[in-house]
Amino acid sequence: MSDINSQAVARYKNNFLREVEERVEDGHWVKMCMQCGVCAGSCPFGPHWEHSPQKLFMMIRAGKREEVLKTDSMWMCTSCYNCIARCPRKLPITHIMHGLANYAYRLGLSPKGQPNQVIARIFWNNAIKHGRVNELTFSLAMYFKDGIGQGIKNSLAMQGVGLGLMKAKRLNPMEILGGHTCKDKSGIAKMLTKAREIEDRRRGLA
Amino acid sequence: MAKKQYAFYPGCSSQKGASASNFLTSIKVMTEKLDIQLNEIPDWNCCGASIGYAEGGELPRLVLNARNLALTEQNMPGMDMVSGCPACWLSSRETAERLQEHSSLLAETNEALKEAGLNLKSHVRARHMTEVLIEDIGYAAMKAPVVRPLDGLKIAGYVGCQTNRPFGIAGESFENPMYLDKMIETVGAEATKYDQKGTCCGGALAFSEPEKSQKQIRDIVEAAYDSGADMIVTPCQLCQANVEIYQSEINKKQGTQFKMPVVYYTQLMSIAYGGSAADAGLNGQLIKAEKLEKIAGK
Ligand code: SF4
Ligand code: SF4
Repeated sequence: MSDINSQAVARYKNNFLREVEERVEDGHWVKMCMQCGVCAGSCPFGPHWEHSPQKLFMMIRAGKREEVLKTDSMWMCTSCYNCIARCPRKLPITHIMHGLANYAYRLGLSPKGQPNQVIARIFWNNAIKHGRVNELTFSLAMYFKDGIGQGIKNSLAMQGVGLGLMKAKRLNPMEILGGHTCKDKSGIAKMLTKAREIEDRRRGLA
Repeated sequence: MAKKQYAFYPGCSSQKGASASNFLTSIKVMTEKLDIQLNEIPDWNCCGASIGYAEGGELPRLVLNARNLALTEQNMPGMDMVSGCPACWLSSRETAERLQEHSSLLAETNEALKEAGLNLKSHVRARHMTEVLIEDIGYAAMKAPVVRPLDGLKIAGYVGCQTNRPFGIAGESFENPMYLDKMIETVGAEATKYDQKGTCCGGALAFSEPEKSQKQIRDIVEAAYDSGADMIVTPCQLCQANVEIYQSEINKKQGTQFKMPVVYYTQLMSIAYGGSAADAGLNGQLIKAEKLEKIAGK
């Protein structure tokens, strides 16, 4: 168990709702849920959610800390915003799902190697490295996330698509050499480091 | 007529050689004919998209978007920021609104922005290109430059998620928005009765959850065929890419024979306004939009 996780357990004892309210993005909204169930029927990957957003909110109130933070449910969120558009209590459900996923990941409790977690990390790291996303290295990193063997299989499977995109000038093989970047890369890196520092301090994760 | 001025945020996918580069090509004719001037925000950066949350957290994502807003404020005072990409728009607008509402978040954001030599007062409005077309230009003015009406073309208007939710276009419903259909009809084509307008294509998870996403994409394409459409039109770069690219995969795995072209509304307008197939970026389609090319050749 990671240090910050044991510290969190010690600090919040059995009050998981308070922990979520203080540390998860938009977590203070959770108590507004009236358990109507509308969001539960809204997720495109619904059948693959072990616990729907509605159920997660109930579990948070019931103090089921481990179960909530260890599930891969919120990692199934496609950010479709159906739930936000429909919730009668106007909960920012999408953001709470992202927030829960991020918090679980920071505590080291999220399921290791969960594909959507992997893609979320690769995307962010790719974006901040140059200030802009390099689609070629991003795709390659995605295909190779399970190791070289699987990566070559995945790339071969999508080779036709890749060649098609190249022919249509929508995928540039030269991007492997760098591609599009921002001029002020160092400023961007510094401001993001600072932002993380401030947020970690506020959330008690520093 | 004086040109309407906007600060333009193209976004990563629309850059040269990227997956939505033909979107950027296609807006040239459209903006010219509608007297819109797009001024690219100097040194703009990636919005982080929705998928950036795992590593990004909240404040870093807000700061990333605040940088673009600050660059706009500083270099293009008084202009609205406009983006053609729903993810860029959503992230920018969410950031602008959250920072306007919460002064403590704005203070934290500015503490971080200082590291990049920037400061945000937070008065910039972040808008989507379709919003600008509908609200600032209007349907009648969008119709005026049509020299080549897209007669006989049947089109399924696929709005997707993030153009439509959580913000959408003022006055439109989330469940059954009509604006894309209206835009299709403005350029002389027929909007089919399409019941998957707001269905999610899987978004960024098309990569990491191919099976689950391809089920969504199959529904989206099948419903377009069922509605009698010749092609799908969308305002979203990710929808365009996912729905076009994965049809061949679905065919391979499931024995379907999908070959449904997926184009941007800007490509329709470009052709209707007299642009060539190249002006509209039609050479960038993986599945050729033959009927549209034919009209362009007339
Ligand atoms: S739709 Fe809103 S109120 Fe209803 S269960 Fe979901 S979060 Fe709770
Ligand atoms: S945004 Fe996420 S939580 Fe909300 S309906 Fe879509 S998939 Fe479900």
